[in-house]
Amino acid sequence: MSATTAMEVNAEARRILAVSISKLYASRTQRGGLRLHRSLLLSLVMRSARDIYHSSRESEELCGPQPAAEEPEQPMDTGSRPGERAGLPEPQPRHEPALSPSPSSAPPPVPRAEEPASAGEGCDGETSEDKENWSPARRSRKRRGKASAAPDFLPSKRARLEPGEERYAAPLGSCRAAAGLSLSARSLNQVIAAF
Amino acid sequence: MGEDTDATPTLNHRGFLPDHNYVTEADIISTVEFNHTGELLATGDKGGRVVIFQREPEGKTEPFSQGEYNVYSTFQSHEPEFDYLKSLEIEEKINKIRWLPQQNAAQFLLSTNDKTIKLWKVSERDKRPEGYNLKDEEGRIKDISTVTSLQVPVLMPMDLMVEVSPRRVFANAHTYHVNSISVNSDFETYMSADDLRINLWHLDITDRSFNIVDIKPTNMEDLTEVITAAEFHPHHCNLFVYSSSKGTLRLCDMREAALCDKHSKLFEEPEDPSARSFFSEIISSVSDVKFSHSGRYLLTRDYLTAKVWDLNMESKPLETYQVHDYLRSKLCSLYENDCIFDKFECAWNGSDSVIMTGAYNNFFRMFDRNTKRDVTLEASRESSKPRAVLKPRRVCAAGGKRRKDDISVDSLDFTKKILHTAWHPTENIIAIAATNNLYIFQDKLNSELH
Repeated sequence: MSATTAMEVNAEARRILAVSISKLYASRTQRGGLRLHRSLLLSLVMRSARDIYHSSRESEELCGPQPAAEEPEQPMDTGSRPGERAGLPEPQPRHEPALSPSPSSAPPPVPRAEEPASAGEGCDGETSEDKENWSPARRSRKRRGKASAAPDFLPSKRARLEPGEERYAAPLGSCRAAAGLSLSARSLNQVIAAF
Repeated sequence: MGEDTDATPTLNHRGFLPDHNYVTEADIISTVEFNHTGELLATGDKGGRVVIFQREPEGKTEPFSQGEYNVYSTFQSHEPEFDYLKSLEIEEKINKIRWLPQQNAAQFLLSTNDKTIKLWKVSERDKRPEGYNLKDEEGRIKDISTVTSLQVPVLMPMDLMVEVSPRRVFANAHTYHVNSISVNSDFETYMSADDLRINLWHLDITDRSFNIVDIKPTNMEDLTEVITAAEFHPHHCNLFVYSSSKGTLRLCDMREAALCDKHSKLFEEPEDPSARSFFSEIISSVSDVKFSHSGRYLLTRDYLTAKVWDLNMESKPLETYQVHDYLRSKLCSLYENDCIFDKFECAWNGSDSVIMTGAYNNFFRMFDRNTKRDVTLEASRESSKPRAVLKPRRVCAAGGKRRKDDISVDSLDFTKKILHTAWHPTENIIAIAATNNLYIFQDKLNSELH
């Protein structure tokens, strides 16, 4: 897989994960209670997206590091990360354990997806993928077209945002995506089973 | 197939406001079912109501009113409930209606919501006793002193009244949401299926049911598939089939064991690895399964296709029909707008030669198994003036060569979906539920099935 294709697949996988998580949370407030079938299908999609995301990341590593200069940005980002993480209100305790053991390799940075919410894989251990800052040219967090149709998904304990609103601390939202991405298979099913 | 289908639409039994585009959610039709003779047609809606239509007898002087369906009875089958233990609201939406074969003057039907199945008796009253001794015609108690002789009340004809009463309530047997009910050919038992279990009931016994299928894993985290639909074989009272979210069908024989977790036959088509995508599992989930009238074949519907299976061949379907393959490249958008979770039903015609299923934009499709021809028709006000002939529609790929009246994939209205359809058991009459409207189409030219 070429690096570009891997990046695209990667971005797509992240986006689908973001959409899936928001659907899963929305279904909790649905009338009639949680639908087991729907939750199962959502978790299967999330698992596919996660698997494809991981395999495309691996293929990127194989392709070699990208020339973009993200190294200088990293220390800054790393410094800010723990602060952000500490500030992250607990939404899903079961995801936290999954975060720490997740491998913290140093993959080359992935170009950030259009939506800020799905960026920021940096919560995974030592950050090497600082989506926000890897290229000044792409610092803009403006939503772009249809690809960012997914609303900012949120932890259930925080106020729901209307679509179109952005949480000022976008990296927090991105941590959620990261949390989603590093879910183990057990965690995915735990999400379903817990309902 | 080439049949010309006359439109004799039965609309507006819900008080639809013609000037507004919105639809009251409670009026959305959630199930449609003909009875065994086709004389009655029942619809259930999201508000828990059931409306029964009756076909006018043929032979009336006015030729065009032959065989039209008119409202026969309306009643509230289920009410919203609250499960206090789980703090969950139980929707009153009618998921399925199944008629019992008629055994006496009354008609019986089973209707179910997510948790409770009810048996309703529908009977007619066209006579009433008159000439009581103690009451006068209005029901007021007579002054005893005015009664000088005794009379025997006689039955006098009255305007037809249709009475509906709940005869049985089958409750508290399902932890998960009931998706199917099916009456057995022995006319004594029926089954109800939820996401993980199937229960067998006797129609006369409400406090007890037998669990015949249980696919709940010990650890819910190991859950990989759920039951999506189930049906009894039309002739063999020991056989039934259930479909799963993985796209498999299992035929079970109740004679083999009390718990039919082990299937007698497993119908599964191996997945095409080249077609794998994020959404492969969702689109392979079977949304409906129906035995053919002969009992020889099974019809299944998944998101993009309808398949006919031969009971004697488990390895792959006999026939696969693409319902709307042009959506295959749009699965991601359909996932985002939730349309990919839509559960379409499917139906056989009386002779098992034609299958029918719904699609988007109020289109529905019919496939002739013998001639291999198919047609796409639309159920809408504009195209359904009474006695108008329905015009076949075509969907062309975006940017493709477009004929007049074709509609491009991008212009399809995904909020207008036809999930529920039913075919008269013997004649070419179909009932199509389009959101809150019911359309009934009759094929006047080819009334006999061939």
